[in-house]
Amino acid sequence: MENWNDHAIILSAHPHGEGGAVLSCITEHHGRQKGYVHGASSKKTRALIEPGTHVELEWQARTADQLGRFTVEPVGGMSAASLLDEPLKLAALQSACALCDQALPDREGHGGLYHGFLALLDSFQGEHWGVSYVVWEMALLKELGFGLDLSRCAGGGKAEDIAYMSPKSGCAVSLEKGEPFKEKLLPLPEFLKRHSDSHNLLGSDADVYTGIEMTGYFFENWVFAQHSRGIPPARLRFAARFARYIGLAEEIVDSAPDADDEKRVRHE
Amino acid sequence: MAKELSALENLVKHLAALPGFGRRSARRAALHLLLHKDTALTALINTLEAARESIVECPVCGNLDEQSPCSICANTKRPQDILCVVEGVSDIWAVERTQSYNGQYHVLGGVLSPLDGVSPADLRMDSLLMRINEGQFNEVILAMGATVNGQTTAHYLADEILALGRGVKISRLAHGVPVGGELDYLDEGTISTALKSRAAI
Repeated sequence: MENWNDHAIILSAHPHGEGGAVLSCITEHHGRQKGYVHGASSKKTRALIEPGTHVELEWQARTADQLGRFTVEPVGGMSAASLLDEPLKLAALQSACALCDQALPDREGHGGLYHGFLALLDSFQGEHWGVSYVVWEMALLKELGFGLDLSRCAGGGKAEDIAYMSPKSGCAVSLEKGEPFKEKLLPLPEFLKRHSDSHNLLGSDADVYTGIEMTGYFFENWVFAQHSRGIPPARLRFAARFARYIGLAEEIVDSAPDADDEKRVRHE
Repeated sequence: MAKELSALENLVKHLAALPGFGRRSARRAALHLLLHKDTALTALINTLEAARESIVECPVCGNLDEQSPCSICANTKRPQDILCVVEGVSDIWAVERTQSYNGQYHVLGGVLSPLDGVSPADLRMDSLLMRINEGQFNEVILAMGATVNGQTTAHYLADEILALGRGVKISRLAHGVPVGGELDYLDEGTISTALKSRAAI
């Protein structure tokens, strides 16, 4: 009999059978894991298996390669329930869960990303969570093998002067070297620039949106380019909601995942 | 080549596919029906046949009823200025049982679920927005479940309704301690939501 105990964050729960569900979680030591939860629709359990909830898991299976069964216990702290009234944070949480669920391979250790996710959940309790979200997405990109390089300028310029991101190499470009090609480069948010003062590190809303667009480009064109289902609609919806929040109404019209777009993304 | 099922096995198989039935309870139900052919089985067949013929989906709200539009939509005594949006038909039954709401309904047919591939196009959102745009509603109650997907759907709908520019009041159901609930037995999320939504006495 195989079994282990671990801390985890729920990513998704799919109803299975009469009262059960198949949970997908990111665990501290066992990577992204799936398992069956008996009685998931019971009053005791159903609030626990909402995406973004921090739980303690016990996994049991006859052999290591089986789906296995989870026993879920609450850990406390931030839960999805506290974000139900905050549409932007809720959209960010759903986006983070969907990205993890669809991009991370099964059963590969991602301890750093798990702790980053916990920090992101904690940041939702404060005002300046946008920067945490962008930094967490960059960590996810790195974990998936698509790390963005902010340590140097791809064009040979000064590393202290980085202002753009190359969409081809994922490497930063300095203001001087990037100026002639700025139409083709992605703008770097202020909080990722070397010369940022402490005020800029908190990130303005527009700056956070710049970061969301930057990481979104790499998710769409690098990570999910070969996925049959494309970039998760939850990520598209979050970006569209953030754009609406900061008043980019026209961009909403252009980028909001309308029904046709979502179908296309799912089938491409 | 697959073995053809006997009539009895076929009956058990179809009963077991119903919600709430497993193989064992399906066998018990099948046995009961076969032992009481005249009283139970024939009556059930007739009832099922009648339900298939007479119960239709309301083209206005999506409710199930014997008349079209349904008895709720056709009832002119019910207030026409308040609309309650629910996930499924069973939610209409749940709200109606309370006898505390008397307005109109709209069944969405589910909630947005990115991982299950449920997008706005899969729900009855267009007909809802059309009803609000053309109707006389002063208030829309978004009565989705207190789940991440349920509330994401509610926020999405709220944005769409606001975008119509009709000045309709949008509300949602309260989240918190259930009647008869003791704090010691509630999960942390419910208690924290209840604290957030606390009211002055």
